[in-house]
Amino acid sequence: MSLKIHKPGLLTTVQDLGRHGAQKYGVIVSGAMDGFALRTANLLVGNEEHAAGLEVTMVGPEIELEDPTLLSVCGGDLRPRLDGEPVPLWRTIYAGRGSRLAFGGMTGAGCRAYVAFAGGIDVPERMQSRSTYLRAAIGGYEGRPLRAQDRVPLGRLSLRNANLLLAIEAQRSSVSGWTVAAELRPQYGGETTVRFLPGEEYGLFDEASRARLEREPFQVLPQSDRMGYRLTGPGLNLVRKTEMVSAAVTFGTMQVPPDGNPIVLMADRQTSGGYPKLAQVLSADLPLLAQANLGERVRFRRVSLAEAEQAIIKRERALRTLRGGLEQRAERHWKS
Amino acid sequence: MNQEKVRTVRMHPLGDAAVVVVLGDDISVDTNARVRQFAEYVEHHPFTGMIEQVPAFQSVTVYYEPLAVLEAYGDQAAHEGQSPYVLAKSRLEGLLDQLGEAPPEAPRTVTIPVCYGGEFGPDLETVARVNHLTTEEVVAIHSGAEYLVYMLGFAPGFAYLGGMSGRIRTPRRETPRLAIPAGTVGIAGDQTGVYPIETPGGWQLIGRTPTQLFLPGEQPPALLKAGDLVRFRPIARAEYDAWKEQSP
Repeated sequence: MSLKIHKPGLLTTVQDLGRHGAQKYGVIVSGAMDGFALRTANLLVGNEEHAAGLEVTMVGPEIELEDPTLLSVCGGDLRPRLDGEPVPLWRTIYAGRGSRLAFGGMTGAGCRAYVAFAGGIDVPERMQSRSTYLRAAIGGYEGRPLRAQDRVPLGRLSLRNANLLLAIEAQRSSVSGWTVAAELRPQYGGETTVRFLPGEEYGLFDEASRARLEREPFQVLPQSDRMGYRLTGPGLNLVRKTEMVSAAVTFGTMQVPPDGNPIVLMADRQTSGGYPKLAQVLSADLPLLAQANLGERVRFRRVSLAEAEQAIIKRERALRTLRGGLEQRAERHWKS
Repeated sequence: MNQEKVRTVRMHPLGDAAVVVVLGDDISVDTNARVRQFAEYVEHHPFTGMIEQVPAFQSVTVYYEPLAVLEAYGDQAAHEGQSPYVLAKSRLEGLLDQLGEAPPEAPRTVTIPVCYGGEFGPDLETVARVNHLTTEEVVAIHSGAEYLVYMLGFAPGFAYLGGMSGRIRTPRRETPRLAIPAGTVGIAGDQTGVYPIETPGGWQLIGRTPTQLFLPGEQPPALLKAGDLVRFRPIARAEYDAWKEQSP
């Protein structure tokens, strides 16, 4: 079973939750920009949360499914369609043999859609991950974005995949009645507010800069990519120039180079950095930032470590509840 | 690790899912040895929920899954209000206390063959001119020293090397090159290094090695690791070509 790519879209890559454990060798993590959306899409088709799916960026691909399967589209709304019919996000979808998945374009609610297929995308693991590491050309599908005529292999169905498939076949519709609770779905689009913790060098920035970070909006510049979001906005300045020694940086670290325009590091960030770290975006808010499109505005709000930790724990518990609910549904069908 | 050293260690959060353990305030062989010793110890004694550890010049950053740490080490009766950061930090403090018993690994010496100058080292003459040396002297100085791998970063398998002679220090190029081939050996200020993959960059290029520094199919995926000692051995173009033929 494989996917046949008719049109590749702007930047469609195979991603899982990243390549962990090799940062000490300078190997970047990569993985989905909006990990929450990929995990949710995987759960909705009965995959493990870390299975590989497609990250679709702004302009979507056109994909033919060779065999019947389950799929789910989560994250940004790029108006997905299956054989011309609109596909609702955050649900399980049954797709018949030869059906075609395409995308109508952005709606202003996010810029990256995640598509999971039952069985997951079965490209070979490189360093324990299937994520595409574009610059080193490894992982994913031949280490590169998808192109027309590619045939992307899918993995075999697990019992959980098969049970969900049976559960949805038992319905009248090819769209699941079940979905993700509305309060769990991030509100993408418009002016995004993300929460942050002060970074290690927060205290080295002058008071006016620290106030501006919270008071004024920043705009996502066109040269932003999977590696980092370059933001323009009011200049952010150190009290005095400081010599920095390279140290670890992570997803959501806001560094400020000498020009005063911050860069928030994203999925394809380097493993270490040498610019002063002004802020760290909350893990729970990274999906919101990852879905902010070029030209959109982002605001930052400082919170405590306790609030940050509560937010991510709440999110993780909600995902666990979703997983439990879907497992029960599949089992109930199996037993009936 | 003795009490005095334990007291000099600082920890702080990197966001809500990592702890930075700062083991020194300078870039020195001594600090590097402590970073390496702790990093290796953490690597071999991971706590539940730990994802990975990443050593740098002065610190080791330890990434973790907050919920997994909370569930493994939190007080089940009082889940709310407990901090995964505090719990992870206390695991790391425990590891620091045990560290004294861990024998430090002996450093390896890795020799990297380099074909200096010519098309592989278009800036070798610049380095010689800036430092009032002959190109032969630059090669002799560069290949005569022993370098310490402080950390890996910037690119997969890229080693930050300490120990380059000030006699060949050369500022970066004013205009960076758009593509520097993998294996190129360069100088930037006081630093020397080898580009593991093709990248743009402003370094002065003095030679190229046929050895691969990034090995994505192998475990570990890099030729070098923090704490290694590195020597460069000059080779002729014929030897470079022969090497490349064996392992293209």
